[in-house]
Amino acid sequence: MGATAALRAAQGGMRAIVLERESLAAGASGVNAGTLSLSIKRVRLMPYAMRGHAWWRAAGDAVGFKQTGGYTLAFNAREAQLLEERMAMKAEAGAPIEMVSPAAVRAREPALSDRIVAASFCAADGHADSTRTGAYLRALLREAGIEVAEHAAVDAIEPGFRVRARDKTFAGKRILIAAGAWTRGVAALLGVALPIDVNVNTVSVTEAGPVRLSSGIGHATGLLTLKQKGNGSYLIGGGWQGRGSPEQGRGEVATDTLLQNLQLARYAVPAIAHARVIRSWTGFEAHVPDYYPLAGALPGVADAYLLACVRGGYTIGPCIGPLVAELMLGIEPALPLFDPARFAAAA
Amino acid sequence: MTSADLRIAGVARGALVRFTFDGREIEAHEGESVAAALWAAGVRAWSGERKPGQPPSRALFCAMGVCQQCALWIDGRRVESCRAAVRAGMEVRTAPPAATAATSPAAPRADEFDVVVLGAGPAGATAALEAQAQGLRAVLVDEAAAAGGQVFRVAPGIAGDGGEGDALRAAVGAAGIERCFDTRVWSVERVDERWLVHALDPHGARCLRARALIVASGATERHHPFAGWDRPGVIGLAAATILLKAQRMLPGREVVVAGSGPLLLLVAKSIVEAGGRVVAVVDSQPRAAWLAQVPALASRPDLVARGLAWRRTMMRAGVPYHFSRTLTRVAGEPPSLAVEVSGGLILRADAVCCGYGLMPATDATRLIGASHAYTPERGGWHVVVDDDQRCDRDHVFAAGDCTGIAGAAAAPLSGRIAALSAARDLGRLDDAAFRRAAAPLKRQRDRAARFGLGVTRVAVAPAAAIAADTLVCQCEGLTRATLAAAIDGGCATLNELKTATRCGMGPCGGRLCEDAAARLVAARLGVARDAVGQATGRPPLRPVDLDALAGAFDYEALPIAAPSPL
Repeated sequence: MGATAALRAAQGGMRAIVLERESLAAGASGVNAGTLSLSIKRVRLMPYAMRGHAWWRAAGDAVGFKQTGGYTLAFNAREAQLLEERMAMKAEAGAPIEMVSPAAVRAREPALSDRIVAASFCAADGHADSTRTGAYLRALLREAGIEVAEHAAVDAIEPGFRVRARDKTFAGKRILIAAGAWTRGVAALLGVALPIDVNVNTVSVTEAGPVRLSSGIGHATGLLTLKQKGNGSYLIGGGWQGRGSPEQGRGEVATDTLLQNLQLARYAVPAIAHARVIRSWTGFEAHVPDYYPLAGALPGVADAYLLACVRGGYTIGPCIGPLVAELMLGIEPALPLFDPARFAAAA
Repeated sequence: MTSADLRIAGVARGALVRFTFDGREIEAHEGESVAAALWAAGVRAWSGERKPGQPPSRALFCAMGVCQQCALWIDGRRVESCRAAVRAGMEVRTAPPAATAATSPAAPRADEFDVVVLGAGPAGATAALEAQAQGLRAVLVDEAAAAGGQVFRVAPGIAGDGGEGDALRAAVGAAGIERCFDTRVWSVERVDERWLVHALDPHGARCLRARALIVASGATERHHPFAGWDRPGVIGLAAATILLKAQRMLPGREVVVAGSGPLLLLVAKSIVEAGGRVVAVVDSQPRAAWLAQVPALASRPDLVARGLAWRRTMMRAGVPYHFSRTLTRVAGEPPSLAVEVSGGLILRADAVCCGYGLMPATDATRLIGASHAYTPERGGWHVVVDDDQRCDRDHVFAAGDCTGIAGAAAAPLSGRIAALSAARDLGRLDDAAFRRAAAPLKRQRDRAARFGLGVTRVAVAPAAAIAADTLVCQCEGLTRATLAAAIDGGCATLNELKTATRCGMGPCGGRLCEDAAARLVAARLGVARDAVGQATGRPPLRPVDLDALAGAFDYEALPIAAPSPL
């Protein structure tokens, strides 16, 4: 988020510096399952997702981008209805999604369950290697001449703005808070209270092995992402909740939800039965009560901006970051933003 | 068996049976590890497409279920072959079956205890015995089929060499300690004032719940990468001791033994006694290194005498002993390996055993979130315990080598103290009774540890540089040059290096490469070793079959009724 906003701001003539509490993309951007799926995106966010997707496609090999196509599956009548309704709306919003018969899915992906009741396909769905995000962003920022200070967690902000990060002070006319799961605390430094909660999403990976699946797999409820990398590792996610909070440091995998995540994966793709799980981890994802982004001016503070809580932020970040930068540049953003002031009265 | 058989003669073993390896019939003894049986049959490695993130496939490297290089498809499941016991008719394959094997996962079993002891080596087994004696309901958990840990390891059906290990196993049996052997612990978590130990055994998933935990996870071997350390025919020094002591098998007929620490002499003399030839011992330490530890070693004149006797055995056998030398390259294929030693010497061997001492195994304690410290004299990173063997997480205790490589004599003493501490925590022992019981044990523990820690000071990594194109992370195929570039590009901690390069993200979980990678970061940045940090503890502690984890479940019972927001 912050990196692409900085790039757009610099492109517009501003001098930008990025302050990162740990290392670039050490947060959600670097630890997620890498899913770049339109199928899973919220209807209203679809135009943003499509633009973000194009950015990843252009990044290509540098981030290990693969457009595999993706199936979203339903295993009973209730899920089938949910799937049809939702996918119709997403298709209307511009995503290339179509319903396909279970037989057609099984013909193309024999590794899938034979209990599929309904399915949709999106040709645009794909993934990237999230662990490569940091290096890629670092290269882009360096190329654009944007200064980056890492291991620089912000502990004080004076209006004007003077930002203290560890033992250094940075001065700037404008400030953009794009601190991911730590946004609530950073906004509080400017006296702004925001109703941000943080999810602890679980991802698991299996060891390399035979490739049996070429498409990304999702579930009608949105609670599964499953893909197989080129070396045969399966990456399994879907937002199953671990424990912990950003203030406590790293999150912790909760065994009960981990097993449920794996059970759902196993049900959808029987072929993963004897893959061995080699690692599970968690990443933080911030959200506000309506699960739409906070993207716009920081309420009550002049020349301060906010970009956080974007569901599907990995895909959408490269679209919405530049939009907020355009707001900062005094340009009408190409797509509407999401005014954080809608929560100004709350919290 | 022919006279060229690497199996040590005159040892009682299980019945001769046959199993197949990619269709080839192999004769072996029931109970030996599949990896050892393949080794004895001349198998050193197998080919097949090696993908990124997949370590080299070798019949043996660590011999303790850590490196994942010996993993094979055994009766349809992927298992470390060094941990699988040979059975008649077993089907072992290098490639996965075309169709997914039929599964009938069991429902998970949950059990409640006062204390779970992780690890059945001398520390853990003794802790369990003491806990039981104090009236606690204890359960002893280990991946192996019997108690003894690595130091007193036995294979099913193969006669052990008697002594302490057999006595320990007999005591555990006689006391009726509840045992979960052949059980792989894959996660530990704290939920509602209880420790939950999640494990898999041959029947499926288990959850052991307890108020207290005693971690006795022992040690792991330190490696120093050299060119060819990933080649067939090269195994760890600890692996060689396991092969010799538990499988009762020679690593080769013409063996180079290299590295540092007490295992050098132990492996070399065991090979000589079993009729093999040690081509040379290559010790990275100077001759004076042991002498410098004399004050510490003096507390155990019996062990010193034993060490000197081993030295004499070697000298009588004419084994060349090189000090201050390291292996720089192994080339060729078994049985004709060319082993290059620093200083220009080239040796010929059919097997190379190399390792640089033991380090505390901290994966379980890192997962639990206990504090760790880096103490070179204790073998590196170790979990921090107080004088009562208590960690800084609620009701967690640790004993044995995972708290610092203090050796097999100190281990049972720290195990007993940990159990007494747990008993006090759980209200079975008042403070006065605890102090009375623990005081003499602590004195003995500290005395025994002086010897053990003295030995550890000799078992260190060499200062020798790693060549640019030498593999450091075998799983991900990362050379020293690649890691150095990432460090130069800004990685200052092990976690950052991991994120940037995937170093340590392979199936072995960084166990082979983490120490070397961390040393590289510290050396290149000129920072202290503990500034580089450890890798974050994450489950599973070892690779686990997804089906076994998922177990039997009802799809309609999954909590997916509320979909994500549209």
